[in-house]
Amino acid sequence: MENFIDAFFNIDIMRQATPLLLRGAWVTLQLCAVVIVLGLSGGLALSLLASSKNALLRLPAFFFIDIFRAIPPLILLILIYAGLPFVGVRVSPFIAVCIAFLLNNSAYFAEIFRSGIKSVGRGQTEAARATGLSPAQTQAYVVLPQAIRNVLPDILSNVVEIVKLTSIASVVSLSELLYSANMARAVTYNSSPLVMAAGLYLLVLWPLVRVISRFQRGLSITS
Amino acid sequence: MDFFDAFLNPEIIATYLPALVRAVWVTVWISVLVVISGLALGALLAGLRAYQKRWLTLPIVLFADLMRALPPLVLMLILFFGLPSVGIILSDWFVLYLILTLVLAAFVEEIFWATMTSLSRGQWEAGQATGLSFLQVLVHVIFPQALRMDIPQLVNRSLTISKMTAYGSVIGVKEIVSVAGSAQAFSGSATPLTMAALAYLIIFFPAMLLSRYIENRFHYEH
Repeated sequence: MENFIDAFFNIDIMRQATPLLLRGAWVTLQLCAVVIVLGLSGGLALSLLASSKNALLRLPAFFFIDIFRAIPPLILLILIYAGLPFVGVRVSPFIAVCIAFLLNNSAYFAEIFRSGIKSVGRGQTEAARATGLSPAQTQAYVVLPQAIRNVLPDILSNVVEIVKLTSIASVVSLSELLYSANMARAVTYNSSPLVMAAGLYLLVLWPLVRVISRFQRGLSITS
Repeated sequence: MDFFDAFLNPEIIATYLPALVRAVWVTVWISVLVVISGLALGALLAGLRAYQKRWLTLPIVLFADLMRALPPLVLMLILFFGLPSVGIILSDWFVLYLILTLVLAAFVEEIFWATMTSLSRGQWEAGQATGLSFLQVLVHVIFPQALRMDIPQLVNRSLTISKMTAYGSVIGVKEIVSVAGSAQAFSGSATPLTMAALAYLIIFFPAMLLSRYIENRFHYEH
């Protein structure tokens, strides 16, 4: 037992690693802010294309969505980070993560928004158009607000997935939370920094996961 | 430098194809095992939770929360690097398999549980009124209905978790990403990475189309 505590919950080592881990957590937060905004905007644009009546817009959008849902974000990230220099484009780890996450998260958010748009009845669009709103106004003021409200739980759970996913940035040595923790582990030969990183993730994500569970149950009971 | 030379060099494709095909098998096998055991464990946990005993519910909810809130990569590193210092050595593929199974089970439990609570009380009562035991109602009445409604979500979640087999590369499992990564370092060409991305497309693109079909087929109107 003492051995176990020493290996996973070593207070001395955690104290030493704290500054490093806090810096890592700060990078993770910044990264999350950027990639979530990018993913939401990309996903919204893509979902509008995928919901279009014009097949020339719709089919490429679906193709894009399915391709980037099929490729694991990790290989996408490595391909961008390690592959682009071969054609003379050198990107920083941060930019590589942003590009990979934009492609992957847009696809996932697009699917969520699209199902939201589908859930808003045709009558809404027709009524809005009949009152004289333009197609763009109809989308912006009538369809999208309802669509987004309908899929809010899915948006939230995708946000949680993205926050967890930022840990793969450690693979291209971006000094975010997991990278910092793993660095501290390698230096101290002790896994306590990793446990501490897990604790930091939990601090932010556990409440969100609770909310999601509540949401799902609430929805299914009222339906 | 020429784009094709860097990303789709025929000689390099020929050299590394056999190794990559073996890696594809590793990815597929681990994915299949994860999906089977994750679904089974998740269903079992949801079933146990239906008994509504506090000493069962609490650990199950705690487990499901932790596995959904923690990045799988963090869990894998803790197991892989931490356990040997307390004398437990697990092989790399087993750590990958174990963590992904637990994560999938947590999501599956939540999916099932949400649907099971949404079925009307009458289902439980009618079942028991016909003389079925609690377990029989669970297995023959509640479960088949929940399963049918949850198929799209279960398929999506299983696919998402299967793609996480790529994380195995971080702890040295010889799956697609790790084999492609060392081939890239060895050959000094990005071609193996392109091959890896294509390999995933070959495996998962049809799966995405299938999940779309299933979603439409089992679409459940609220």
